[in-house]
Amino acid sequence: MKEFIVDSAYFGAVLTLLAYGVGVILKKRVNIAIFNPLLISIIIVISVVLLLKVDYKVYKESADVISYLLTPATVSLAIPLYEQVEALKNNIKAIMLGIGIGSITSVVSVLALSLCFGFTHEEYASFLPKSITTAIGMDVSAEIGGYVSLTIAAIVLTGILGNVLAEPLCKLFKIHEPVAKGVAIGTASHALGTAKAIELGEVEGAISGLSIVVCGLFTVVWCGIFSTFI
Amino acid sequence: MKYLKQFGIILTVSFVGEILHHLIPLTIPASVYGIILMFILLITGVVKLEAVKETADFLVKIMPVMFIPSAVGLIDMWDVISTNIVAYVIVIVATTLIVMVVSGMISQKMIEKSNKSKTDMEAAE
Repeated sequence: MKEFIVDSAYFGAVLTLLAYGVGVILKKRVNIAIFNPLLISIIIVISVVLLLKVDYKVYKESADVISYLLTPATVSLAIPLYEQVEALKNNIKAIMLGIGIGSITSVVSVLALSLCFGFTHEEYASFLPKSITTAIGMDVSAEIGGYVSLTIAAIVLTGILGNVLAEPLCKLFKIHEPVAKGVAIGTASHALGTAKAIELGEVEGAISGLSIVVCGLFTVVWCGIFSTFI
Repeated sequence: MKYLKQFGIILTVSFVGEILHHLIPLTIPASVYGIILMFILLITGVVKLEAVKETADFLVKIMPVMFIPSAVGLIDMWDVISTNIVAYVIVIVATTLIVMVVSGMISQKMIEKSNKSKTDMEAAE
């Protein structure tokens, strides 16, 4: 059995897709943010790999065909950005300043907390890109010497938190303007938060989607600079 | 054929992104060069939206699946992570809250300001 799995070319890919399918079905049945398909599927795959006692390397080798599409998919984020270019033009100052300062705040607060906790460079670098979309974040983490899997875990948790807390936080801090809500959600919690922004309204969703890409681009620059600090 | 052509364009842009990443000595991932390049191609009309739309939408929609293989790497990292997990959770929760409030409040204030100057101008007229 184990030898068969080690030799199989499809084991990893099939397990990954099945796990994600289960995640999507669960999310539909139980509409709570913590039942996030990505989070559930990661937990399922980890459990199965541990139960079968196969090495991570064995799983990764046959699952990597899926990751192969990540760069083209990330490049495709340019399309929603292009489709929202009018919304960007109309509020350019408020959006750019919100995202620019928001993304700097993210790396500065990660730096401050990492110093407090005495993190190593690898740990610090893993958290620097935590607010941006996984596609860009994992590449950045690899570039600046972080643990890619820790970065992904941090990004997913950040997104779920943003999704759950977006509404109460905006209310508490009197963020009423739909554009401002979109900026807040997209900058802090990328695509998982944006799912909530789309529920809040069309403008919120569009601006949040746009913020994902713009914040990702800003953060790439900040990470390049900040990665040398610890 | 249509989808193959769309996929071909997206892959080509990805490949050019890889070339730029190789040539430019900065910590900017190939995918980021790719996004910027694709955006410029769309804005300038070199690539029409219809020439990439369906395949791009599909790839964006299924993107979460592509993160799973790398995320499962947590298995190999567990020894490193488990010693510091409380600190990690604090970092994640605190920064998420701070960033959301700061970015939202700045945009909110900017919009209020521009709305106010607009109504001031209308009042003056």
